[in-house]
Amino acid sequence: MPNMMEIRWHGRGGQGAKTAALLVGDAVLSQGKHMQAFPEYGPERMGAPVQSFNRISDAPITLHCHVTNPSVVVVLDPTLIGATDVTAGLPNDGIIIINTDRPASDFREKLGLENGQKVYTVDASKIARETIGRDIPNTPMLGALIRVTGMLDFDAMLEDTRHKLEKKFRSKPGVVEGNVQAIQRAAQEVKSD
Amino acid sequence: MSTKVVRERIALTGNEAAALAMKQINPDVCAAYPITPATEIMQIFAQYVADGQVNTELVTVESEHSAMSATIGAAAAGARSMTATSSQGLALMWEMLYIASGLRLPIVMPMVNRALSAPINIHCDHSDSMGARDAGWIHIFCENGQEVYDSTIQAIRISEHPDVLLPSMVNFDGFIISHAMEPVNTLDDEDVKRFIGPYRPTYQLLDVDHPITVGAIDLTDYYFEHKRAQVEPTFGAWKIIEQVGEEFGRKFGRKYGLFEDYRLDDAEIAIVVLGSTAGTAKVVIDQLRAKGVKAGMLKLRIFRPFPHKQIAEALSGMKAVAVLDRSEGMASMGGPVFAEIRSALYDYDKRPITVNYVYGLGGRDITLAHINSVYGDLQRFAAEGKPTVDSISDLVTYLGVRE
Repeated sequence: MPNMMEIRWHGRGGQGAKTAALLVGDAVLSQGKHMQAFPEYGPERMGAPVQSFNRISDAPITLHCHVTNPSVVVVLDPTLIGATDVTAGLPNDGIIIINTDRPASDFREKLGLENGQKVYTVDASKIARETIGRDIPNTPMLGALIRVTGMLDFDAMLEDTRHKLEKKFRSKPGVVEGNVQAIQRAAQEVKSD
Repeated sequence: MSTKVVRERIALTGNEAAALAMKQINPDVCAAYPITPATEIMQIFAQYVADGQVNTELVTVESEHSAMSATIGAAAAGARSMTATSSQGLALMWEMLYIASGLRLPIVMPMVNRALSAPINIHCDHSDSMGARDAGWIHIFCENGQEVYDSTIQAIRISEHPDVLLPSMVNFDGFIISHAMEPVNTLDDEDVKRFIGPYRPTYQLLDVDHPITVGAIDLTDYYFEHKRAQVEPTFGAWKIIEQVGEEFGRKFGRKYGLFEDYRLDDAEIAIVVLGSTAGTAKVVIDQLRAKGVKAGMLKLRIFRPFPHKQIAEALSGMKAVAVLDRSEGMASMGGPVFAEIRSALYDYDKRPITVNYVYGLGGRDITLAHINSVYGDLQRFAAEGKPTVDSISDLVTYLGVRE
């Protein structure tokens, strides 16, 4: 499968790992690309480690096996590091993006990353609290992901997400603006080591 | 409030695609009982009912046995009737499945394939619907969300055709398809309405001017004749399935048949597979073709009525064929798809070496490497001849199991 990007999301049940993958899928489709978005198949409990996945390609995707070698890993909760093997299958030019208040340089050794692998951090929980009003890190991490990978036109993605949220939260305009700000801020604040 | 659906490419999970198709079909009656991973279908549909977007009478029943019973009652009364289920739910419907087909009721049921207990497992395999393979239903298998959507709509036309009048289950893989979001090309509400047309039941209990008896006793005098007669429309459904798939393709650009032959025309080795795994296999085939290996696939879409002749004709020229079963035959002659396909080939003088693989039980992942290993085996058999089989346990190769 030439030019196919695979993403793995790590979160805890209730943090929106599944929703994040669905949001990415929707945004990708809106820009005319092909995609899949699917959660880890298992019993979902609040707080338990969960995963979700994306496949993104310019060509139709027919694969239906698991994602085992994601080129990008997004970690919604830093307490999963150590408890879960978040770098499993990450290729030697892979990217990992972590929601944390610590600098990216803190993670290179801890995760045993190779030189070609890149690590980025962003305090998505703080951004979410300040913009959305709750610690829902998935939308800010979406902004960080799109900025770091450059896989989509950022402004078009932002407009599309705004449009979709407006439809979903017709009675709560504050939610829409908060999420849009969260995406923008995370894209500005995400930093590598 | 009515929200119109138009022709566009949108992101849907398999369950959402099934529910959307049901919304556009707008059946008269739906019975609902939840079961993972099919629960969402009726949950989403119930929202359509609550929002007044369909005119359906939704009956929330106390079990799947009751769900199928209520659907049968409604269908016999003359209503276009649907339900959805999975796994243990289908197992609990058991006796009613045979009644739906025996009464020639054109019920359409999205069926999310999931393993059967014990041990308890919520993930995909085909043991649920394979157990119901002789229940007189039409079995359609879908590779992805698009096929779920298209096949649910087509199933209404097929089941309700006066030459068929049989129930259909639209099978798709639990979680792998039911919970995965993929692009789906939708149709206008009007497209669907026109395609399926109004339902005009041949017989209906509520037509008091033409009273009928439904479910009468039928002993040694006529039961045999009635069962013999039931076989004809079941086989005859082939023609209607092909006609409907052809017309769907002409109108909407996506043509469907009894099976999809993927790079099979000049193939020397091929696999036969059902459901989502066909998509993964296509990637392997493209890779092998790039290396000059003449690999192909027969993706079986219609398992009942079993298209034995069409399959045998498509495969008889191959050197070696592997049938991949996602259910265990438990000491029968291999998996159910294998047993029937090898039997279909028996009458041909020229026939391929045909071997069986069982894979993916309880949702075990089937990878590109697994499928590659099957084609590797087939290349070897094609060159060196078939393996020796001393007992039934030698007949099946298990892919991806720890032994």
